[in-house]
Amino acid sequence: MLGKLTFDALPFYSAIAFGGAMAEVLAGVAVIGFVLWLGKVRYLWTEWLTSVDHKRIGIMYVVLALVMLMRGFADAIMMRAQQAMAANNEGYLPPEHFDQVFSSHGTIMIFFMAMPFLSGLMNFVVPQQVGARDVAFPFMNSVSLWLTAAGAGLVLVSLVIGKFSTAGWTGYPPYSGIEYNPGVGVDYWLWAVILSGIGTTMTGINFVVTILKRRAPGMTLMRMPLFTWTALVTSVLIVFAFPAITVVGGQLVLDRYLGFHFFTNDGGGNMMNYINLIWIWGHPEVYILILPAFGIFSEVVATFSRKRLFGYDSLVYATAVIGLLSFSVWLHHFFTMGSSADVNAFFGITTMIIAVPTGVKVYDWLLTMYAGRIELRVPMLWTVGFLVTFVIGGMTGVALALPPVDYLMHNTTFLIAHFHNMLIPGALFGYFAGYTYWFPKAFGFRLDETWGVRAFWFWIVGFYLAFMPLYVLGFMGMPRRMEHYDVGAWQPWLIVAAIGACSILVGIGCLITQLYVSIRDREVLADRTGDPWGGRTLEWMTASPPAPYNFARIPQVHDRDELIWRKEHPAEADKDDVASEIELPENTAAGVVIGVIAGVFGFAMVWHIWWLAILSLLIALATVVARSFGDDEELELSSDEVAALEARGSGPLLGY
Amino acid sequence: MKTVGTSPESLQRGLRTAFLIGVALLLAGCSTEDWPVLLPDGPIAREERELLFAAVGLMLLVVLPVYILAIIVLTRYRASSNNPNYRPEWQSNRVDAIVWAGPAIIVVAIGTLVWDYTHRLDPYLAVEPDKTPLRVEAIAQDWKWLFIYPEQNVAVVNELVIPTGQPVSIRITSDTVMNSLYVAGLAGQIYAMAGMQTRLNLIANDEDTYIGRNMQYSGTGFADQQFRVKVVPPAGFESWLDIVRASPDALDGQTYAELARPSQKVPVKYYSSAEPNLFDSIIEKYSGQPAERRTAQLDAYAGEFICETPSGRGSL
Repeated sequence: MLGKLTFDALPFYSAIAFGGAMAEVLAGVAVIGFVLWLGKVRYLWTEWLTSVDHKRIGIMYVVLALVMLMRGFADAIMMRAQQAMAANNEGYLPPEHFDQVFSSHGTIMIFFMAMPFLSGLMNFVVPQQVGARDVAFPFMNSVSLWLTAAGAGLVLVSLVIGKFSTAGWTGYPPYSGIEYNPGVGVDYWLWAVILSGIGTTMTGINFVVTILKRRAPGMTLMRMPLFTWTALVTSVLIVFAFPAITVVGGQLVLDRYLGFHFFTNDGGGNMMNYINLIWIWGHPEVYILILPAFGIFSEVVATFSRKRLFGYDSLVYATAVIGLLSFSVWLHHFFTMGSSADVNAFFGITTMIIAVPTGVKVYDWLLTMYAGRIELRVPMLWTVGFLVTFVIGGMTGVALALPPVDYLMHNTTFLIAHFHNMLIPGALFGYFAGYTYWFPKAFGFRLDETWGVRAFWFWIVGFYLAFMPLYVLGFMGMPRRMEHYDVGAWQPWLIVAAIGACSILVGIGCLITQLYVSIRDREVLADRTGDPWGGRTLEWMTASPPAPYNFARIPQVHDRDELIWRKEHPAEADKDDVASEIELPENTAAGVVIGVIAGVFGFAMVWHIWWLAILSLLIALATVVARSFGDDEELELSSDEVAALEARGSGPLLGY
Repeated sequence: MKTVGTSPESLQRGLRTAFLIGVALLLAGCSTEDWPVLLPDGPIAREERELLFAAVGLMLLVVLPVYILAIIVLTRYRASSNNPNYRPEWQSNRVDAIVWAGPAIIVVAIGTLVWDYTHRLDPYLAVEPDKTPLRVEAIAQDWKWLFIYPEQNVAVVNELVIPTGQPVSIRITSDTVMNSLYVAGLAGQIYAMAGMQTRLNLIANDEDTYIGRNMQYSGTGFADQQFRVKVVPPAGFESWLDIVRASPDALDGQTYAELARPSQKVPVKYYSSAEPNLFDSIIEKYSGQPAERRTAQLDAYAGEFICETPSGRGSL
């Protein structure tokens, strides 16, 4: 009846695992209790969970990302603590626990922190930047969100019921195969990744169509804001890359569940096929994460330098070139697999070529600041912090792209330092900049500046302390994923890295405090204009928070920096804007139902509860079919309703 | 033949000196032993590291201006300074062209170096091919390494002893999950995969001891999966062989099966003889067919891709 699920699945095997599980359960109970105490269950359901408004979906994505950031960071600080202690002793984590921690850290940070964060920012911003009232497929958007949440839910559940994978975030076979890993851990990882991957693929499709088909009149491709451009390239990459991980995950499922031999040692299997396929997804994935952040930096740098972006064309072409090249470099993840010198040198050189458009971008941002009037507001701090830190990661990246150097550095902590050096300044700092930059648009008040500055400094100092020692340890030959070690000379560096992690912890504390202080002082921080920063693009034309339909009249676009153009041409600014009927997609429970059922399906598959798996699959299918029969799910707003919403203006939490 | 030759040597020498001064300052008081990657003893590893230094030096030509420009813009063009040179519409195609050309030139330069170094330092290439190499077969097991010396007909667990000045040619496979064989300070690493063979060639000129590891995470015993590599003079190598040959244990099929079971922190163990063709039989156990047929099949669907089977690697 319950498949492999028994009471043994509860984490009584280790006090630390049990403590972690309890903390997670209590946090969940506390959130539910808080919502009940506020009496907001109905509000939460009707206004948020069932919403198909791209702005609310975007906000929910970001909330998911911030929650998962906490969980992923808890893993990180556990690892740093273990490695800081475990010189010539076993530390406090046994290997099978440590191995789950590094696997869930990577999985969470990539799939359930970074991906939802960028999906959230894209959702919130892109339709507004292109002058649209919603994304092309609002319902599919809701399904994407809830499938991602289902995957995240499975990872969270694995802490309480059963164990997570120990195979790392890339799950290399044959180690992740059934022969070497018969437990449920890899299955949790697989279903979490597959479910969220399907959601992400749909997000990609949604945004390609939205950006190509829903732009306001006059917004040619070369008038699109840079963030929209990067969102477009990222979405194209998603559409091409994510099927690869879905397929390779499916193949590993067949290996594990039905005795196939795609990647086993014997029976004609070959792990090299898996490793190629996962990186054919995995390398574009890095650019999927980073490109939207590049877009955010572009917006922020122009706004806070009070200058037109330098080299817009270059930045667009650089983005597109990075997108194209990202599919030609996957082999650099395994130069040490025995390829010939021709193959290795080829992929080494394609990898280095990516440094050219990336270098162009760095210079174009600096040249945008040149001869400008720079205001070092919080989003700009994140941007400057990114610029000076990211180039170090770029250098170490080119170093690792040299096959003979990679033979020395591969699988060492140097590699760990490198990709954190790309993804923390390159992606996460960008998301934080975007979060700070667009927060007033979402809620009608700015985030507190002081706590934002504090968060920035603790993060960047913490970053240097945590990851520069890992570069050094790479030079000392320390492998990644060491649960303990007997080289005393490594320990001082690992202690410094742990101190860095503590600084980042304080940084996270500052971000939480910032949120609290900002909500408390929201009247002081209020944005009454809808344009708190002196923005340059369409999203700053609307009220903050915007009406559900964003634009009462669809703007006619005249310039790349349309809002600046309108400020300079007040007489003709909005005379060509197009009035049209406003139809809003109606809320639907189908998205959240599909997400929950998908999570149940994943759980049933993990534990081999076949009847529940079949049942949940049938319910999900029925929901999709039932939903596809309704055709009048649009709500038309009367002119009175629109007038009332337009009269609302900007201010804290209006409309929530 | 792996020797330093065709690369722009004067540039390299300058960069190397600059780097070594920096590194020396950084590491003052530390022994090279702790820095096998940065300060390797092995000639192969040293050349591999040389490429790193050259590339970093070249990259600094693009990266240092970033910092200089960042300092300039952040000090000169702040809103608070109300700079009179505010030019909100400033664009320049000429500057844009330089911005593309600069990194492109550097990448062409490093790309040329990489093509050369990657071919010269191909781990499959014999080192000093005019000398007869010492042949070693390495098998990764959970969580230890077995080294077979086929010509000497001995086998050793968790210890690799090699003579100074003689090239060593290692064939590598795995009898478990994927591993990666790495002796930091001597040469680069290469994966070990079941049913397949990879190769690593190296040479050590000075007597020393190194730590070899599996670098590819492989489960609970991973952290302790390491071994000593001892470089001894040729005479010392012969006397070491005598000690191994004096061992009462022989590595036959049954002993091998027992050894192959997962075990951790395995002490050094000597076998006075090893079953012939053991290495090939481990590969055939997984590939399910004689090694020659396996080659043909791999070539058919993977071209020269990635790996090698006992009878050799195809070419592009």
